[in-house]
Amino acid sequence: MYPSRRSEIPERRRERVDGVLLEMRGICKSFGGVPVLTDVGLEIRRGEVHALVGENGAGKSTLVKILMGIHPADAGEILVEGRPVAFRNPREAIHGGIAMIHQELSPVLDMEVAENVFLGRELRARRWAWLSVVDRRRMRRECQALLDSLSIPIDPAATMRSLSVAEMQLVEIAKAISHSPKVVVMDEPTSAITEREVEILFAQIAALRARGVSVVYISHKMAEIFRISDRITVLRDGALAGGGEARSLDQDALIRMMVGREIKELFPKEPVEPGEEVLSVKGLSWGRRVREVGFSLRRGEILGIAGLVGAGRSETVEALFGVRRASAGQVRVGGVPRRIRSPRDAIARGIALITEDRKLQGLNLKGTVEQNISLVALGKLFRDGVIRRRTERAVADEYMRRLRIKAFSRSALVASLSGGNQQKVVLAKWLLAEPEIIILDEPTRGIDVGAKRDIYLLMGELVRQGKAIVLVSSEIPELMGLSDRILVMAGGRITGELQRPEFSQERIMRFASQVHGG
Amino acid sequence: MAMATGGRSWAVLRDLGILLVFLAVVGVLMALSPQAFAKPANLINVVKQASINGVLAVGMMLVIISGGIDLSIGSIVALAGVIAASLAHPGEHSLALAVAAPVAAGAVVGALNGASVAYGGIPPFIVTLASMTIVRGLALIAAHGMPVFNVTKAFEALAGGFVANTVPYLVIYFAVVTAVGAFVLGKTVFGRRIYAVGGNEVAAAVSGIDVHAVKIGVYTISGALAGFAGLVLASRTISGNPTSGQAYEMDAIAAVIIGGVSMSGGVGKWYGTVIGALFIAVIGNGLDILNVSSYYQLIIKGLIIYFAVLFDIKGKRRG
Repeated sequence: MYPSRRSEIPERRRERVDGVLLEMRGICKSFGGVPVLTDVGLEIRRGEVHALVGENGAGKSTLVKILMGIHPADAGEILVEGRPVAFRNPREAIHGGIAMIHQELSPVLDMEVAENVFLGRELRARRWAWLSVVDRRRMRRECQALLDSLSIPIDPAATMRSLSVAEMQLVEIAKAISHSPKVVVMDEPTSAITEREVEILFAQIAALRARGVSVVYISHKMAEIFRISDRITVLRDGALAGGGEARSLDQDALIRMMVGREIKELFPKEPVEPGEEVLSVKGLSWGRRVREVGFSLRRGEILGIAGLVGAGRSETVEALFGVRRASAGQVRVGGVPRRIRSPRDAIARGIALITEDRKLQGLNLKGTVEQNISLVALGKLFRDGVIRRRTERAVADEYMRRLRIKAFSRSALVASLSGGNQQKVVLAKWLLAEPEIIILDEPTRGIDVGAKRDIYLLMGELVRQGKAIVLVSSEIPELMGLSDRILVMAGGRITGELQRPEFSQERIMRFASQVHGG
Repeated sequence: MAMATGGRSWAVLRDLGILLVFLAVVGVLMALSPQAFAKPANLINVVKQASINGVLAVGMMLVIISGGIDLSIGSIVALAGVIAASLAHPGEHSLALAVAAPVAAGAVVGALNGASVAYGGIPPFIVTLASMTIVRGLALIAAHGMPVFNVTKAFEALAGGFVANTVPYLVIYFAVVTAVGAFVLGKTVFGRRIYAVGGNEVAAAVSGIDVHAVKIGVYTISGALAGFAGLVLASRTISGNPTSGQAYEMDAIAAVIIGGVSMSGGVGKWYGTVIGALFIAVIGNGLDILNVSSYYQLIIKGLIIYFAVLFDIKGKRRG
């Protein structure tokens, strides 16, 4: 239409010799006067897997949100195939060839899988197109084809609500791929899925790469990063801290870049002599998801529970804690038989459960750090029912110091904290209740190395004090590093128990994939 | 730390925002009508006009912060008024009974609301919509469809009296209810649990909070306050009218909303609700004095609700 348009250089010639597909230069961003990103650059080549790593709060998520047009940058430019772009919202970014799989999944729970995949670009019935009638059957069909091509075994007609977190994650990935993007940004895609699904994901990434699609991969998991990435960019405190070819880096170097200090060993396990039995569980059942689970736990012990997603690990600890009403089973706490029918009963018996999903079950995101910390222990702290702010503040300050919670102040909203610090707030609120038995369900999911190590150190301190810990985790290295014993679950049952000298990834996986007749 | 002060000042400004607008409106009205509106007697009158809605709004605030809503309070006002007036005929019962029974009736309705929400798992909007209708029917049956007249002087004095011949009892009731409400919400463990339940019910339950008890508690308080409001209204109008209190729940919701309480629960401060209730009364009173038709007053009230929430939402996005 305009002469300038016609004189544009043809698509092919615009590509640079070094194959740079996407470039972000000199990106600066601050929130409320606090700089979050200062002069950050990112260069993504065509068909590469580029890992973006850094501790929580380092600015990775902000950087990709700027790319996706969720936040505007204060300064800097973004080039796609050499052409400057400025996406004002995710829709424009998707049209510009950039798709993102968010860390926090945002499915419409009451819609079916196919409807979620085609959300915002619903397929219209051909005959009734002028009326914008949605062609649900065609959406299901095409969704099925999409899922088949990715070998994801999910029914397109199932409602999202009926899926597990891992399955939702896979749907989200399928949805991103269905936009045929040039770049897929994955923000901690494996934080909620287990080994088997990770393999499916990696196969997808390899397929994307082969097609010339670039992947920006945000993760905290070292093994994954080195396994799949071609190049790595490290952020620390909102600035570039290093990076390069993945082959030229090793784990120690990467951690050093991320935290800016040396971390000696990731799993600081100190031997603690176990004391008397504090918890004994027999025949614990909850419908079909938990079947006759039994174990015992001693003072000073860390008992790991391993298993695939859906093995019934979370359900087991939730039934034990009274979140779910167990259909059968005996629980003895400190040798005394106890009936636990609600979390209140469990808390009264000195049990704490740090739940798997901190945003859904752990935190009041509308509350402040201080309000969240004091929540469980309120009744204990203030027996007459009247809150004394000075006591509450002192307690909050003490725990923020002890757990090294980084927040602008104790009256900051927990929603404004990074994942690692949010998790520490959850821990703080439970420790304040002074439990004897602490159940941790995926305590380090989606949090950075520094915060992880703080939590590991805290666990060590707790068992030294004579507390007992049950650790549910999908990260086998974490379980093997910290536990004294590991129970492996599959299909709602305990399929194996390993003592520390017997620990091996293979043994755990073998028990975890054991199939039962019923 | 920069963010802390920045974030805090934003929050304070947001809290103050509605107060500033309120003061500006009062200032304008005072300037426009120095003889009538600005007179101390009229200003006290404004607070008096705000008092019944203010009492209801305190209960509504607790319910909304807990993540619920209470539509039944207008009907409770009517039922309580009928009960109060029926028990206040000269020479029949003691004044204490005429005071206690309507409050107790309101509390019972509230407790039933709360139990249905908590144990029945029925959405609060629906539970209280049903009880709103049922209780209105009960009020009409109890009063045989007619206002109940003939009450004692002592009963009349409940709302009509003055402290030191200047401050109406109504203003005192409003102040006391607000003070107690503020204490419960801000200083007690129960108050903190109301925020926790409204902020994240699942997290509250997992943290060992008896979510059912908290819900029953807030609806019971809301019902009891509505019963009290009905009592006071009956005293003020010297009758128990089964059709009174219509749409009172909407004014209470409006006061709470103008005061910055989030409809999704978990957020809100008591002083916002007080300002909200006063704001509505000031608009009514001031516009009456300025001879603005009540039809236009409705439009102005609606616009205030609209913009109060709009600014609140915009402010939150920024913060």
